[in-house]
Amino acid sequence: MHLLTASNLSVFRGERLVLSNVGFSLQAGGILVLRGENGAGKSTLLRTLAGLIPLAAGELKWDNEDALNDLPSHAKRIAWLGHLDAVKPALTAAEHVPAAALAPVGLSAYAELPARLLSAGQKRRLAIARVAAAGRPLWLLDEPTTGLDAASVLRFLALCETHRQGGGMIIASTHIPLELSGVQVLTL
Amino acid sequence: MIPLILRELKLSVRHGADTTASLLFFVIAGTLFPFTLGPGPTTLAAIAASVVWVCALLAALLPLDRLFGADYEDGTLDLLLLSGLPAYGVAFAKTAVHWLTTGLPLLVIAGPLAIMLRLPAERVPLLLLTLLPGTMLLSLLGTLTAAVTLGARRAAVLMPLITLPLMIPTLIFGAAAVTSAHPAAALYMLAAMFCAALPLAPLGAGAALRAAAE
Repeated sequence: MHLLTASNLSVFRGERLVLSNVGFSLQAGGILVLRGENGAGKSTLLRTLAGLIPLAAGELKWDNEDALNDLPSHAKRIAWLGHLDAVKPALTAAEHVPAAALAPVGLSAYAELPARLLSAGQKRRLAIARVAAAGRPLWLLDEPTTGLDAASVLRFLALCETHRQGGGMIIASTHIPLELSGVQVLTL
Repeated sequence: MIPLILRELKLSVRHGADTTASLLFFVIAGTLFPFTLGPGPTTLAAIAASVVWVCALLAALLPLDRLFGADYEDGTLDLLLLSGLPAYGVAFAKTAVHWLTTGLPLLVIAGPLAIMLRLPAERVPLLLLTLLPGTMLLSLLGTLTAAVTLGARRAAVLMPLITLPLMIPTLIFGAAAVTSAHPAAALYMLAAMFCAALPLAPLGAGAALRAAAE
């Protein structure tokens, strides 16, 4: 049973203190939703948790050990979905993720289609499929439902539930309520 | 690292225009010299090695702005940094792909171009021998500057302004090795520079990638 603990996190972006004394604790199977106005620091917090932005102060612990001490090892715990899809137009959907991972997001029919021909919502679904296929315990998701239609949001929620039931953790910034039980909310 | 290199090679093949553009630039720039200097074998032979070296340097610069640029713009850079590879490993993989898709093809074409420029046939193997570490140095230093300028405004302009001065020692010793009666010293210098750049350039590029991702 993994445990992620953040205490007194403070982060600067340039000269600006974006996050100050942020803390939370998340156990295996937990979901933490980040809320806040635009510019409140949701994306910054996610990038900090991923180790992409250094901490100015505070601690991030994974199973009571400093998580950011060894960034490559920490990265292997993380499945990342940024606000950009990181989809390569020249590759097919099946070249981005294993073909079996496309079914849960409803993209099986598009497996051999170059990603440049996918719609914005389909690219987002492909990015979600990559997260689900990564097999990593901690999902960090920045506005994961952007561009998704209602049916795709339901598929996404089902993937989240499966991940959670498997002992995974999810930290997501989102403007829409996640219709999942036991969701923690952190307002920035 | 191998899966990353294979994936990048696949992307390079799909975007074959980048490699083709570099090779065409190399050949076209090289063939311009006989038009301006005349076809006299003595004149051409005297400058052939230098022409090949300078054209190779400029051709290798062409794809550098997309080396990390596309990944930075579409969010892939974050995924690369979270792949579990250290940042210098990502930079090294990119360097390897740049050399395989640009340096190696330039090396293959350099021989025929040098012969066309009337370089004495016995000097062609030596030219290729110098270009082997030379093109690798181009890839190492080019990757470093591509990472350093990532996200900067006018990165495409900054990159050659930083890379070209860094490459001057390589050019000097590379061309000198081909034209000198005693090429060993220049070859040793090229090898030494390559050995120094091999660990240091990816380390620097990795640090620059992390800074760009912040």
